Amino acid sequence: MRKIAIYGKGGIGKSTTTQNTVAGLAEAGFNIMVVGCDPKADSTRLLLGGLAQKTVLDTLREEGEDIDLDDVVKPGFGGTRCVESGGPEPGVGCAGRGIITSINLLEQLGGWDEKYKIDYTFYDVLGDVVCGGFAMPMREGKAEEIYIVVSGEMMAMYAANNICKGIKKYAQAGIVRLGGLICNSRNVDNEREMIEELARQLGTKMIHFVPRDNMVQRAEINRKTVIEFEPTHNQAEEYRKLSKAINENTNFVIPKPLEMEDLETLLIDFGIAN
Amino acid sequence: MQKRKDYSNGLLDLLALREEIMKKYPPKIAKKRVKAILINDPAIEQEILANVRTIPGIITQRGCTYAGCKGVVLGPTRDIINLVHGPIGCSFYAWLTRRNQTRPAEGEDNYITYCFSTDMQDENIVFGGEAKLKEAIREAYEIFKPKAIGVFSTCPVGLIGDDVHSVSRDMKAELGINIFGFSCEGYRGVSQSAGHHIANNGVFKNVVGLNDRERTGKFQVNMLGEYNIGGDAFELEALFEEAGITLLSSFSGNSTIKSMEYSHTADLNMVMCHRSINYIAEMMEEKYGIPWIKVNFVGAESTAKSLRKVADYFGDADLKAKVEEIIEREMVKVEEVRKSIKPRVEGKLAMMFVGGSRAHHYQDLFSELGIRTVSAGYEFAHRDDYEGRKVLPTIKIDADSRNIEELVVTKDEKLFRNDLVEKKAELQRLGYEFKEYAGMMPDMNKNSLVIDDINHWETEKLIEFYKPDVFCAGIKEKYVVQKAGIPLKQLHSYDYGGPYAAFGGAINFYIEMERMLATKIWKMIDAPWKHESELVGSMTIEA
Repeated sequence: MRKIAIYGKGGIGKSTTTQNTVAGLAEAGFNIMVVGCDPKADSTRLLLGGLAQKTVLDTLREEGEDIDLDDVVKPGFGGTRCVESGGPEPGVGCAGRGIITSINLLEQLGGWDEKYKIDYTFYDVLGDVVCGGFAMPMREGKAEEIYIVVSGEMMAMYAANNICKGIKKYAQAGIVRLGGLICNSRNVDNEREMIEELARQLGTKMIHFVPRDNMVQRAEINRKTVIEFEPTHNQAEEYRKLSKAINENTNFVIPKPLEMEDLETLLIDFGIAN
Repeated sequence: MQKRKDYSNGLLDLLALREEIMKKYPPKIAKKRVKAILINDPAIEQEILANVRTIPGIITQRGCTYAGCKGVVLGPTRDIINLVHGPIGCSFYAWLTRRNQTRPAEGEDNYITYCFSTDMQDENIVFGGEAKLKEAIREAYEIFKPKAIGVFSTCPVGLIGDDVHSVSRDMKAELGINIFGFSCEGYRGVSQSAGHHIANNGVFKNVVGLNDRERTGKFQVNMLGEYNIGGDAFELEALFEEAGITLLSSFSGNSTIKSMEYSHTADLNMVMCHRSINYIAEMMEEKYGIPWIKVNFVGAESTAKSLRKVADYFGDADLKAKVEEIIEREMVKVEEVRKSIKPRVEGKLAMMFVGGSRAHHYQDLFSELGIRTVSAGYEFAHRDDYEGRKVLPTIKIDADSRNIEELVVTKDEKLFRNDLVEKKAELQRLGYEFKEYAGMMPDMNKNSLVIDDINHWETEKLIEFYKPDVFCAGIKEKYVVQKAGIPLKQLHSYDYGGPYAAFGGAINFYIEMERMLATKIWKMIDAPWKHESELVGSMTIEA
């Protein structure tokens, strides 16, 4: 089984990209488990055709420790197994601790039992790695490959670089590696070249460039991935390519995060200065 | 057995000892630690490094901010429910650990023997613990119907952002009793000292001044910074009662929250443990005009001195006569015991590393027996407790001190005691000292070693070097020191003994020192591996 976590700046399109990638892999016949690690619990919405999911933490709170796996794992598009870890309302408690609790519980309940023959687990993680809890999927070998969703916007690249710092920290002590960057295009000038260069400097590769297309929005409004909603559309094809690239990827590295100055130079060379 | 060094002219090789201790530390740490180990010289002014963060990795004596707030300052008050908001360990280990005694009147509330906790679970961490805290307050109220509930925050409460103050306000409105919270998370300060300050602020803000009770005595005083370990407060209470001094409230040995509510009607505040309680004394003076003086009731001579100081304050002839009568009578008893014990322990060496005042106060008791304190230091004191309050303006406010709320106290126009302010000014003209504490260092001999926040490595080196006859510290040090063949007297809990305050207490302490020091038993202790490096045995296996 390959264990993958998707990180990236808030609002960059992690959940959309993850779910469309998962749909591509599911279509290709893989068994997939998706674990949403965001208190908003919207990481599996498109796979499930709406927010139908009761989160692990809500279930735990309402029903106590005596939970069945089926209470929290719901079947989604193409037989994917979908879980939302959930978390507290904004401003209270500790969402990071919630993720730890919820992944531990899933393991305890046998969520990854042999009988499910899971080929891939995807962890979709909220925004930046703000505290230890959000780094959980990187720690203790829960996720082994990290993909960072990024765009040519400065703050997205800045966030990607920060996430690489986190990966480096845990990679040195464990098995987690960076698998590559996924560019979710915002139509920034020279975006492809800039992200390719960023990837090169980080010691990795841009695994796919996902062009911007309104079809993604349309599919989302209909609570579906593009692959499910409009399987013949060009954007569906792009996601299939991304899935394939991840499936065939063998380039796993400990990233070399950039100094702030180098990151700025990169932006000047490719972006605003031109 | 090693021969004792000659200390009659102080020690000349202390620099070498300090250097040897420093050798073990990385240079950066040595640079810091060396400032916390002073070779005392009362003739010159020396600055000690105190109330700074303990170096990670060092085994310190210190406790946390929560321990200082909950355990030390409010723990001994019997009619308030001290509810700990946090996981159970913090509650359990702060439960009755200091041997604070209390003596409720028939039918009076006493919750000291209970342990109250919200017992936070994983779920409360993830989703926030405010709802559980409310439930716990309701439950405690329904069962016990207390007059007051204090809520104490442990570390996770601050991390997840539970607002204990707003919960306390809501519950106060709902239940109609006094409820208040303390942001005393363990990590808020460098030691328990921050917790003392937070507790002082909370009690002053939420309790002091709630009841403007009518005067009940001619001479009304409060005792601040006395925690009734082993019954110390009982000794003092008897003393004041006989002298005709009305003890309104004690902060907080054998105390009630009820008495703290009218403590602002006192004529004088006596401060015993300067470190833990000077804040309330200062704030009461600012708001109500009540002067404070530093006292020490540990040691017979110190007790007499402090009693006289209180009598002088009131200036009443009858009171003075009564105090002299008590001192004369008690000193006869004290002298009788002291004279019989002193020859058996005289010339022995003591060292004490404890508290924020005790390491100073107990030197008086030891010197009454002719026992010499060669080295001493505090666990959590600040520079003023070592060097005296004169250094207060030069103490740097660091980031850690900024974690503690600084209350802005203004004069209470209605209750402010202008008569006391005048009295104070008049007495000051005659040379009477108010709000003065000269600290430990001026009272210690030249070439004694003063160490702040001592750690285990330093403790071991000191024992090796001095071979003291008695070591005073707490439970965390007790057995390490005793394994070195040195008896340890706990000055946090008094082991199983006490009281040691006032005249009766002094007698108890003399007897205890005789028991511990006039014996050869400690010299007979030897680790078995010193004589036999190998244990040999045999066994037979029956087929």
